[in-house]
Amino acid sequence: MTSYIIRRVGQFVLVFFAATFLIFAMVFAIPGDPIRALAGEKPMPESLRQSLIQQYHLDEPLLAQYWHYVTGLIQGDLGESFNQRPVADIIKEAFPKTLRLATYAFIIEMVIGVTAGVYAGIRKDKFLDSLVKVSTVAVISVPIFVLGFVAQLVIGVRLGWLPVTAGNPPSLYGYLLPALVLASVSLAYVARLTRSSVVENLRADYVRTAKAKGLSQRRVIGVHTFRNSLIPVITFLAIDLGALMSGAIVTERIFNIPGLGRAVYEATISQEGAVVVGIVTVLVVIYAVANLVVDILYAVLDPRIRYD
Amino acid sequence: MTKVTPLDTAFDPHAADTGVLLEVRDLEVEFRMRAGTVKAANKVSYQVDKGETLAIVGESGSGKTVSAQAIMGIIDSPPGFITGGEILFRGKDLLKMEEKERRQIRGDRVSMIFQDALTALNPVFTVGWQISEMFQKHRGMSKSEGYKRAVELMNLVKIPSAAERVNAYPHEFSGGMRQRVMIAMAIALDPDVLIADEPTTALDVTVQAQIMDLLADLQQQTGMGLILITHDLGVVAEVADKVSVMYAAEIAETADIRELYQHPYHPYTEGLMRSLVRPDHKGGRLSPIKGSPPDLLHIPSGCPFHPRCDYVQDICRTDDPPLREIVEGRTSACHFAEVFSND
Amino acid sequence: MTDLSIPTEVVTPEPLTVPPPGKQGKPSSLWSDAWHELRRKPSFIISAAIILLMVVMAIFPQLFTSVNPRECSLINSIQPPSSEHWFGTDLQGCDYYARTIYGARTSVSIGVVVTFFATLVAVTLGSLSGYKGGYLDTVISRITDIWFAIPLILAGIVFLNALGSKGFWNVCAVLIVFGWPTMLRLMRSSVLSVRELDYIDAARALGASDWRIITRHVLPNGITPVIVYATITVGVIIAVEATLSFLNVGLQLPAISWGLMISVAQNRILASPHLLFFPGIFLSVTVFAFILMGDALRDALDPKLR
Repeated sequence: MTSYIIRRVGQFVLVFFAATFLIFAMVFAIPGDPIRALAGEKPMPESLRQSLIQQYHLDEPLLAQYWHYVTGLIQGDLGESFNQRPVADIIKEAFPKTLRLATYAFIIEMVIGVTAGVYAGIRKDKFLDSLVKVSTVAVISVPIFVLGFVAQLVIGVRLGWLPVTAGNPPSLYGYLLPALVLASVSLAYVARLTRSSVVENLRADYVRTAKAKGLSQRRVIGVHTFRNSLIPVITFLAIDLGALMSGAIVTERIFNIPGLGRAVYEATISQEGAVVVGIVTVLVVIYAVANLVVDILYAVLDPRIRYD
Repeated sequence: MTKVTPLDTAFDPHAADTGVLLEVRDLEVEFRMRAGTVKAANKVSYQVDKGETLAIVGESGSGKTVSAQAIMGIIDSPPGFITGGEILFRGKDLLKMEEKERRQIRGDRVSMIFQDALTALNPVFTVGWQISEMFQKHRGMSKSEGYKRAVELMNLVKIPSAAERVNAYPHEFSGGMRQRVMIAMAIALDPDVLIADEPTTALDVTVQAQIMDLLADLQQQTGMGLILITHDLGVVAEVADKVSVMYAAEIAETADIRELYQHPYHPYTEGLMRSLVRPDHKGGRLSPIKGSPPDLLHIPSGCPFHPRCDYVQDICRTDDPPLREIVEGRTSACHFAEVFSND
Repeated sequence: MTDLSIPTEVVTPEPLTVPPPGKQGKPSSLWSDAWHELRRKPSFIISAAIILLMVVMAIFPQLFTSVNPRECSLINSIQPPSSEHWFGTDLQGCDYYARTIYGARTSVSIGVVVTFFATLVAVTLGSLSGYKGGYLDTVISRITDIWFAIPLILAGIVFLNALGSKGFWNVCAVLIVFGWPTMLRLMRSSVLSVRELDYIDAARALGASDWRIITRHVLPNGITPVIVYATITVGVIIAVEATLSFLNVGLQLPAISWGLMISVAQNRILASPHLLFFPGIFLSVTVFAFILMGDALRDALDPKLR
C-alpha cells in the first residue's frame, strides 16, 4: 500500500510540473508577441510594455520564464491583473463562492445519482430503470448553458420557485438552482454508472455465493454488492471534478455568482491573460490533487489494485 | 465442534433415524428464454444419506448443476422456474417452505461450494470477514467470536498461518488455498449436507487430490452427506459411494460406484467407460461416443440419447424411458436396461 | 458539463475477445449480425434519422430555407415567431430560422472533423502503445496522463484566449489536441486485451509482421469500443464547441453557430425566450442523436449480449 501511495505521489509531482508547464508554454510560447497573451489587443505605451516584459521575464528563455512562474506559483504569487490587483487575491476572494457551489452540486449529484442508479440497477428493465435510462440521456444531451437558461426561465421566471440570480452575497437559497443545474449532467453520469455497476455486480459469482450462505437479500445487495459497485463511481468522481469546474464557469455566468468561474469568464472578455492563466493553473492543480486523493481512496476500497 | 441445530425439532423425527437426509424426487426445472424454453431438469431423482457421498456425473450442459441450485434455492427466477417435483430435507419439502425458513437452512444445514473460488469469493472483504459472517448472521455471534472461529476453521482445512492470513484478501491466496477458504466457509456451521459443484475443475491435478482428500476427511469427521458434481470420472472413482449419471437434463442411471464401473446398466454410461483412457489398453484407437451432446433447446424425441446409441430400437425414438429400479439399489432410464443387467 | 472523460465502463462494449458465433448455417461476422440487430432497433432508427437530417441540413441548408441568414435589418430586431419569421428574429433582425438552419453546418462539421482527427491520432498511437508496450508505451502513457490533468473546457479557454483569432480551424485544432487522450486510453486498453489472445500468437507463429497483425487482427477486433465512443464524442464535441462559443472563446461573429447564437442573445433571453429555445432545441436534439446512436451501437456490438 505504501509503495502504491509513493508511486502515485510521484506521478502527481510529474503531472504537476508537466501540466503547469504545458499551460504556460502554450500560452507564452506561441509564435508572435507574448505580450498579446497577457494583454490581448489592448493598446499600450512603450513604457508599460517594457515593465511588463521585466515583470514577467519575457526576455528570458522559456524554461527560465516557466521557472519564475512556478516558483511564484508555489509561493502564492501569480502575477497581477492590469489594475495591479494580485491574481492571488482575486482567487482568494472568488474561491469560497465556487467551493460552496461545487460542494452543493456534489452533494446533490451523489445523493440523487447513486440512489437513482442503485434502484434502477436492482429493478433492471422495469419502469424505474427505463425512466432513469431515458432521463439521463436526455439530461446529458442538453449543454449545460442551455440547461441553465431553461432552468432560469422556467423555475426562476415562470414558476418563481427559486431566485433567478444568486444574489450578492449569494444566499444559501440562491445557490440552490445553480447547484442543481451544475449537478445535472454529472448526476446523470453517476446514475448511469451506478446502475451499470450494480447490474454487473448482481450478476457476479460472489453474489451467488452470498445467497448460498443464506444471507438476506438486503444484506446481499446492501453489503456485498454495494462496495464493489461503488468502485467505478469513485473513480468517476475525480474526473467529475473537472466537469464541475468547467460547468461552474458557465453556471456562475448565468446565475451571476462571483466565483472563480465568473472571474475567468470576465478575464477572457477583458483579455487579462495573467488572470486567466493564473486561475486555470490553480484549478488544474486542484484537479490533480483531487485525482491523487481519489486514486488512494480507490486503493482503500479495492484491495486488488494495491499491488499495481 | 458442538452441534447447535435449533432446526432439528422442526423436522420429521423419523426421517432423522432412517438416515435419508436429502431426497430429490422428480424435479423439473425450466428456463424460459427468448430463444425458447429449456428443460434443465427432467424428472430428476436422487438421494443422499448421512455420511454418504453421491457423485452426479455428466457433461457440461447436462443439467447437473441445476438440481443442486434448486436444492439451495438459488436459481435465478426469472428465467428459471421449478415446475414440478419435491426436494425433501429430513422429510420436509423445501420447495413448499417459506423463503424465511429456507434461508435459515441455506448455509446452515445445507451448503454449497463452487468451481472458481476467485470469483466466488467477494474480492473486497477479507477471508476472515467472509467466514465470520456465517457465525455472525446465522448464530448471532460477535465479530471477535466469529473471527476466532474463522481461524479455527482455517486451521481445520489446513491453511497454514491461519492467524495471520485471516486478514488477507481472496486474491492473495493460491487457487488451492482459496478453495479451502470456500470449504471452510461452507462447513462453518457444521451442515448436514454439503454440495460441491466442480470443486476441483479449476485446479492442478496435485491440488485436486489434496482438496478431495480434505473433503473426504471432513466428511469422516462430521458425518455430513456430500453431493459431488463433476464431469471428471477419475475424481469420482476415489471418493464416491454412489454415482448418478446425467444426460440431457435427465438421470441416465444411478448405482453404487463399483457396480457402475464394472457393469453399467445404460448405454451412455457404457460409452463413457469405454471412452476412458486406460493404462492397460496400449495402442489402438480411442473410442469416444459417436455424435455430440444435445443442445438443450432441441432435445431429441423419445430417449434423448438415441441418436448416439449403439443399441437404438424403434421404441427409443418415440418413448422417453422413465427412471426405474432394475435391481435393488440400481436405477436406469433405458428401455433395455434388463438386457444390460443380464449380460 | 459533458466532458470528454466519460467513464468508459458506462458507454463502451468489450472489445471482441471471442470470435463471434455465426447464425445457423450462414457464415457471418459481428458486423453483419450487428447490422441485423441495428436495423430493428428503434433507438438506432430514430438517431440515424436525426443525424441524417442534420447532416443534410449542414451540407444543403438551401433545402430548408431560401432566406439569407445574413440579411438582417435592425428594424426587425427581436421579434417573436410569426408566419413571416418562423423562429422569430434575433438582435440584429436576422431571420432566426435561417440562422438556425445554417448553424447546423458549423456545429456538425466541427463535431465530425474534431472527432475524425482525434480518433485517427488516438487509434494510431493507442494501438502502437498497447501492442508494442515497453518504452514507447510508458512515454505515451505519461504524456496522456499530463493531458488528462487539464479538463477540456479549461484548456479551450486558456488556449483559445491566447490564440487571438478564433476561426474554425483554430477551434478545431484546440479541441483535437485536447480530445484524443480519452480515446487513446480506450484504444490502448482494448488493444491490451486483444493482444493476449491466442490467435494473435498463432498469427505471429505463422510469421506475420507486426504491421499485419495490428491492421488485420488487433484493430478490427479492438476497435469496437472506440467506434462507439467516437460516435458519442461527435455529440460531445458539438456541445463543447457550443459552450466555448457561449463563453466567448469559441467562434466569433460573423460565424453562425448555435452556441454563438445563444451567447450573443444571453442578456435578452429572459425577455425573449425564443432566442434560446430554437438553437437550444437543435443543439440538444443533435447531441442526443449521437449519444443515442452510440448506445445503440454498443448494444449491437457487444458480443456478450448475444
